[in-house]
Amino acid sequence: MADLVQTLITALAIGSLYALIALGYTMVYGILKFINFAHSDIVVLGAWISYTLSSKLLPRLGLDPHNPVTPPPIWVAAVVLILSMIICGLIGFVIERLAYKPLRRAPRLNVLITAIGVSLLLQNLGQLNFMFGASPQKMPALLPGWEIATLTFSDGESARSVVINLVDTVIFATSATLMLLLQYLVFRTKLGTAMRAVSFNPDNAALLGIPVDRVVSFTFVLGSALAAAAGFLYVMKYPGMNQPAHTIWVLLGLKAFVAAVIGGIGNVRGAVLGGFVIAFVEQFGAFYISSNYRDVYVFALLIVILLVRPTGLLGSPLREKV
Amino acid sequence: MSLLAIKDLSVSYGAIQALSGISLHVEDGEIVTLIGGNGAGKSTTLRTVSGLLKPGQGSVEFEGKSIHGTAPHRIAQSRLVHVPEGRGIFANLSVEENLMLGAFSRHDADQIAADRERVLTLFPRVRERLRQQAGTLSGGEQQMLAIGRALLARPKLLMLDEPSLGLAPQIVQTIFQVIQQINREGTTILLVEQNASMALQVAHRAYVIEVGRIQIEGPARELAASDAVRKAYLGAH
Repeated sequence: MADLVQTLITALAIGSLYALIALGYTMVYGILKFINFAHSDIVVLGAWISYTLSSKLLPRLGLDPHNPVTPPPIWVAAVVLILSMIICGLIGFVIERLAYKPLRRAPRLNVLITAIGVSLLLQNLGQLNFMFGASPQKMPALLPGWEIATLTFSDGESARSVVINLVDTVIFATSATLMLLLQYLVFRTKLGTAMRAVSFNPDNAALLGIPVDRVVSFTFVLGSALAAAAGFLYVMKYPGMNQPAHTIWVLLGLKAFVAAVIGGIGNVRGAVLGGFVIAFVEQFGAFYISSNYRDVYVFALLIVILLVRPTGLLGSPLREKV
Repeated sequence: MSLLAIKDLSVSYGAIQALSGISLHVEDGEIVTLIGGNGAGKSTTLRTVSGLLKPGQGSVEFEGKSIHGTAPHRIAQSRLVHVPEGRGIFANLSVEENLMLGAFSRHDADQIAADRERVLTLFPRVRERLRQQAGTLSGGEQQMLAIGRALLARPKLLMLDEPSLGLAPQIVQTIFQVIQQINREGTTILLVEQNASMALQVAHRAYVIEVGRIQIEGPARELAASDAVRKAYLGAH
């Protein structure tokens, strides 16, 4: 029972991160109909920008960033998160303007190849010495090591306890808040209605006076900010930061992409569902079967979904056009 | 000054010349119709005026100002509103959301509410279905929604592309009555139609377009009576 609850908690935290990243893939696909392969690199940027900001900010507060004796005040984490989201949002804006906007009327394959190019560019820029460098770093602990709750399970003879710590709680609560805000924005505001209209047909949206280019830019800013939040939260949980081009980052982005596909690419609610589904499959598979195959479970699920329900769990079935 | 003045407009899709120097004008308060067969260049004309296509040569002026090269959303914001062929409904949005997108660039909430009420009075069928997904509407209902949505943009000039396409004759009657009513209430209309007999009944003036050129123009009543037009477009023998 204790194992089950522990795995459940991890799956919820990891699932929130997959969902945050998957939202960026799915929103860009929904509006521009291409997979933005550079999206996972924005997650890496979010993580590394958080690291850079923390290592600049903590000394000003009289704390050693590499070995803080006492954790910094809680607002520091909030400031780093928000700044990182803003910076990555701007980077997303610039990438869209420079790399994708000139290709608005080009075949989708050209845009896809460009996205791969942007991804490689970001990975390699990140490794330069004046950027983040090519060595791993340790993210300073911004959150105190509080225990939110301790659950004790006894099975007759022995008792085992599961600790719910602050990091997992913050990950889940922050992601849930951001996702609820996004839901509200997309489904309840005029701008969100315009986003959905553009995703259905950009020309017809323009005929109603909707500035399509601005809506597209806004979508990139939004997706990139969510990716930055995911990057920040990820290094809160796993402070051992791999260098910017490490495969662990690629795999994180790839799994979030799988989440978007499983949920039904282009569908905002599907991305959230997909994120949690793959985190559960991965975490429970890793614990109850073998942790050596944790990636295999995710991609096996992808294959099954593509065979049985190719448009994803919440995607609308394709209809033949007459 | 004409509300809309098109002069010597040429448009091509790659090597295919779709419009070869057409000129037409629409005066304030008129219903003008552009009729012609499939592929004659009717939709191309409207799509060029609303900025979706870039003209190769010629000029398009709206209220005396050139709108050549202006982005489509800016043209729509200047209250030149185009209801495209196929109606341009967003099937993934509710009827209400579709309708209110017509007022996207307006900020006068009170007046928007009044206009919304006017549109729903004009189209009671749309009012009954406000909460439905727009994709579930019948063709006629979608056309009413598309016209109603365009009215929420307070058009000075409303361009309708084939509003009768694929609709039952009874619905076509309703749509054309509404077009006349909107015009009486002060909206100028440029109507593109394959259903020439209906179009000539409601329009003040008409242009006949064939393979990218204006062939005949004149008062709608005269065209409806002319032998050439009757033979070619009205199915008379």
